[in-house]
This record gives sequence, C-alpha cells and structure tokens, in this order.
Amino acid sequence: MLNRRNAALPFGLARYTLGQILTGGAIFLGVILLPLVDHNSSHISAVADAGYILLLALGLNVVVGYTGLLVLGYAAFFAAGAYSYALLASPQFNIHTSFWPMLVVSALIAAFFGVLLGAPTLRLRGDYLAIVTLGFGQIVPDVLLNLDKYTGGPNGISAIDQPVLFGYHFAFNPTPYYYVYLVVIALSLIVLSNLRHSRLGRAWMAVREDELAAAHMGINTTTTKLLAFSFSAAFAGLAGCIYAAKLALVIPNSFEFQLSVLILLAVVLGGLGNLAGVLLGGAIIALLNFFVLPQASNLAHAAGDKLHIAALQSVDLTNYRFLIFGIILVAVMLFRPEGLLPSATVRAELHEAVEKEGVAV
Amino acid sequence: MALLELRDVTKSFGGLTAVKNLTFEVPKGAIISLIGPNGAGKSTVFNLITGIYESSSGSIAFDGRPINGLKPNAVAAAGIARTFQTIRLFAFMTVLENVMVGHHARMRSLPWANALHVSSERREERLTAESARACLEFAGVASYADEWARNLPYGMQRRLEIARALASNPTLLLLDEPAAGTNPIEKRALMDLVRAVRDRGVTVLLIEHDMKLVMGISDYVHVLDYGEEIARGKPEEVRHDPRVIEAYLGKGA
Repeated sequence: MLNRRNAALPFGLARYTLGQILTGGAIFLGVILLPLVDHNSSHISAVADAGYILLLALGLNVVVGYTGLLVLGYAAFFAAGAYSYALLASPQFNIHTSFWPMLVVSALIAAFFGVLLGAPTLRLRGDYLAIVTLGFGQIVPDVLLNLDKYTGGPNGISAIDQPVLFGYHFAFNPTPYYYVYLVVIALSLIVLSNLRHSRLGRAWMAVREDELAAAHMGINTTTTKLLAFSFSAAFAGLAGCIYAAKLALVIPNSFEFQLSVLILLAVVLGGLGNLAGVLLGGAIIALLNFFVLPQASNLAHAAGDKLHIAALQSVDLTNYRFLIFGIILVAVMLFRPEGLLPSATVRAELHEAVEKEGVAV
Repeated sequence: MALLELRDVTKSFGGLTAVKNLTFEVPKGAIISLIGPNGAGKSTVFNLITGIYESSSGSIAFDGRPINGLKPNAVAAAGIARTFQTIRLFAFMTVLENVMVGHHARMRSLPWANALHVSSERREERLTAESARACLEFAGVASYADEWARNLPYGMQRRLEIARALASNPTLLLLDEPAAGTNPIEKRALMDLVRAVRDRGVTVLLIEHDMKLVMGISDYVHVLDYGEEIARGKPEEVRHDPRVIEAYLGKGA
C-alpha cells in the first residue's frame, strides 16, 4: 500500500509512493506548525536561517548531482542574489525596490552570473572545472571587498529594506522570514522534482553519464550545461535575496569559500542527486551550524563554571565548526560515501567503484 | 537520389590519413555495409558523418543538404542516429529514460515548461513515454523498462542502444558493430532486428566485422583498408575479390 504510486495525483505527486508522500506531508506539517509551538524567537531565527542553507543545497544539487559538474564557488551566486537586493533596496543608492519583485530579479541576476561562469568552463570537467569555479568563488568576494564605492567594501551594505506584506512590516521578527523560506523551498521542491522528470532533467543526467552519447541523441550539451548553471544559480539568488532582507546587512565575508564547502558538504552528506537526501543533509548542517554548536558552547561554559576549568568557561565551539564538519565529512566518506539518503544511482556507482578497487568495506 | 552521399572525403590526423578520398552513396531503404580489417577507418567514417570529426576535405550530404561541420546534436536532429562500437548507454538511468533521452530532438517542451510541468509538457511527456515503450517493445527489451541500463545483460544492452537510436525517429541509422561481443544466437537475433529496422523504412549503414553476418544482410558492401576503399559490390562479388581476401588474411592466403 505504502509502496504504491497513484497516477491520478496532481502537482507531480504521482511520481512518489504513498509512503514518501505521507512522510513528506508529516514533516511539512510539523515545519508549518513549529512557530506556533515554539515561541523562542532565537530558535525560529536559527531554523529560518536553515532555509538558505537548504535552498543553496537544493540549487547546488542541480549542477553537482544532476549534471555531474563539480562547482566549488557556489557561494558567489548567493552573493550575487544578496548584493542585488542590497543594492536595489537600501539607502546605498537610495533605490528602494519592493522585496517581492526583487525575489525574482535576484534569481535572474544570479542566473545570469551562472551563465557567466558556465560559458568559459563548458569544456572542463571534474578537477579542472572544480578549480576554475573555486577561483570564481574567490574572485567574487574580493571584488565586493574592493569595489567599495558601490558595495561599501568590508563594511558591506547595511540598513537594507525589509519586506512589507499587505502593510505588515517584517522588520527583525524571524517568523515571517521563516514562512517566506518555507514557501520558497516548497515551490523550489516542486520545480526541481518537475525538472528531474522532464526533458531537461534527463538531458542533464545524460550529460552526466556520457556527454558524447548525449550529443548524439540531439542534446545540445552547451545549452544544457548553461541551463544547469543558470537554474542552479537562480536558487542561490533567491536564497541571497531573502538572506539579505532578513539580516538587513550584507558583507563580503559571508560569501567566502567556507560557505561553498559547507553547502557541498550538505549535498554530499545528505545524498547527491536525491532531493530528500539533499534536504536532510542541509537540515543537519544547518542544525549543527546554527543550533547545536552555539548551544554546546553554552553547555561547555556552564560545565566550566561548575568544574572551574578556565578552558571550558571561554570555549567557543562555533570556532571549531570546520574542524567538526571536516571530521563529519571524513566519517561520511569512510562509512557511507553515498550519503545518508542517496539516489539509488550514486549508491550503486560508489559501491561499484569500491568493489572494482577491491577495497574492503 | 541517395540519402547519404560522401564525396572525396579525407580525414587526416597530423601525418596519418585515416580516411582517404572516400566516395560512396547510401540509397534510401537499403542496408549498406562498411567492412574492413581493424584500423581500416570505418569508425572514423561514422565519426565524420555524425560530426565528431570534421573532414579535412570532401563533402558529406544528407538528404541533399551538406552536413559537413555540423555538431553531433545537429546531425542527430537532421535525422541520423547511431550506436557505438563500445556500448555508450546512460548507465545510471533507467532503460525507459535512456530511450526517452533518445526522443530529445523530437520533443519541443522548453525549460520553463519543464520546470512548471504545464499541461502541454505533461502531454508530451506522456506521449514520449508511450513511444519509448513502443521502441523498447520493438527492440525486445520492454521487460527491462524500469531497470538501470547497466543492469541489463550485454546482448540486451546492444539492443537497447538500437532502441535508443530509433527513438529519434531517424531516416538513417548508423550501426557500429552492433553484434560485437555477442554469442551466435544473439548475433542472429540482432541481425533480424536490423532487418526489421530496415523494414520500418529506416535506411541502415552498418559496420561489421563478421563477414558471414554482413554477407547475409547487406544489399551492398564497401570494403576499406588503410582508409581507402579497396572494393565495393554485392556481397557475393566482394566475398571473392582477391583484394578483400588479401586485406583480411594477408598476401598469399
């Protein structure tokens, strides 16, 4: 019963089994109700911030998971979206565009940057592509830092406009942002699931599997890859726009290589190529980053006070997050290289590789 | 008029001339074979036709239009499909998805329609899936539809490649050693499939090593050696041509 698919279901739900739909629905319901149960606004703020991690992970999965192109500078597209909103809705140039159309505009601008990065790297694959995209990821924050006439340099852009919906001012209340992320992520999931099972999605996967054979099926691999880059970047642009509005501040520091790695880690940890896996990976990384590490620091301080250990009293575990994430990544690669919830494809591919090399698992 | 026409086609890689002054025609509705020993330049001819390589000189015309210099995807869209000497399926996609990728050039839906799953796109997806199943049925691999391509037995993978190529509804099908590595029973079945393809109205250009097989199926045979055509004719004519025997077996055989 739970393994059945029902062809009559709308919104592309026919692709999923009843069990999958019920699980997804239950989680979705829980997430909708969370702010009604938990009134601690710092909790809601942390969970809302998980929204951009999830969006970025979903977007990165389009190039890395579906199309098989390793992109290491993904934070640059996030920056493109965030700075688009920051420049067009702040006292910086005294332009004040409304948040809602800017959601679309930021996505489009980021998509444009996706094509900008995609075009010169079309012939590259694997390590070479990774290195070029890594360079791009380094250049963008540097440019933002040094174009201080426009971007405010290291101080960034502050006092960014915050959204207003039917006269309701979002200001610094995390709850409305939480719901904006929720709606955007839900819509993104529908779009991504549609793409995965469409002409374009199959073309992406065909390019991943065998580019030459794909071309012989009539697939224009150039436009297919550029579309992957632009769709992928668009999700980062969306995330950037909401991020900038929620924080009301953007600084170049927030868009450095570490973020790209964090997102890649989320995708790999959860399961390359599988939407549910990517969501899970993003949720775990966000939870660790925004919640567990800060809380654990507090616990350590309390313990330090009790036990009179000076080192524990002042420890800030968030400073060690890349150590901790690094350990997680090594552990995942050792024990479950396909991620927690992999697409069946990746699982088989990795296990086949392991068998071929004769490594004992 | 011939469906495919090669005129004085030459391809050199640096100092090596892989194909030299090759001229031949593929008439509509025929099964034409390209044979010759290893390294004779047969696969290079396919790669020239499908746009992987551009010929150094000479012209290639398909259906009366020149196709020199077209990219592989444009050649495919023009109505030439191919299979590969070494199997190049999309290993980690399902058998059905493989054949649906083969439909790519026939499909019209745009990226935004894919993303929004609009009704015209839904209709096209449904028709494509139906047509893909029909291709699988025709090639005899329908029972594997939801398996990954890589999980199919070798002989079935060969058939799936043909199904995928047919999915684009080509007028010309290039088969590069479709029976390589299969056992005699599978071989015979594959040749029946090639005949059935021709009977559907698809013209076939075939590369094959197995002389017996080629002789049984071809309407006309071109023999290549060191990039040059050394003989042409009906199968029985070619079979007894001393130059062909020499090319295959060496002098004095």
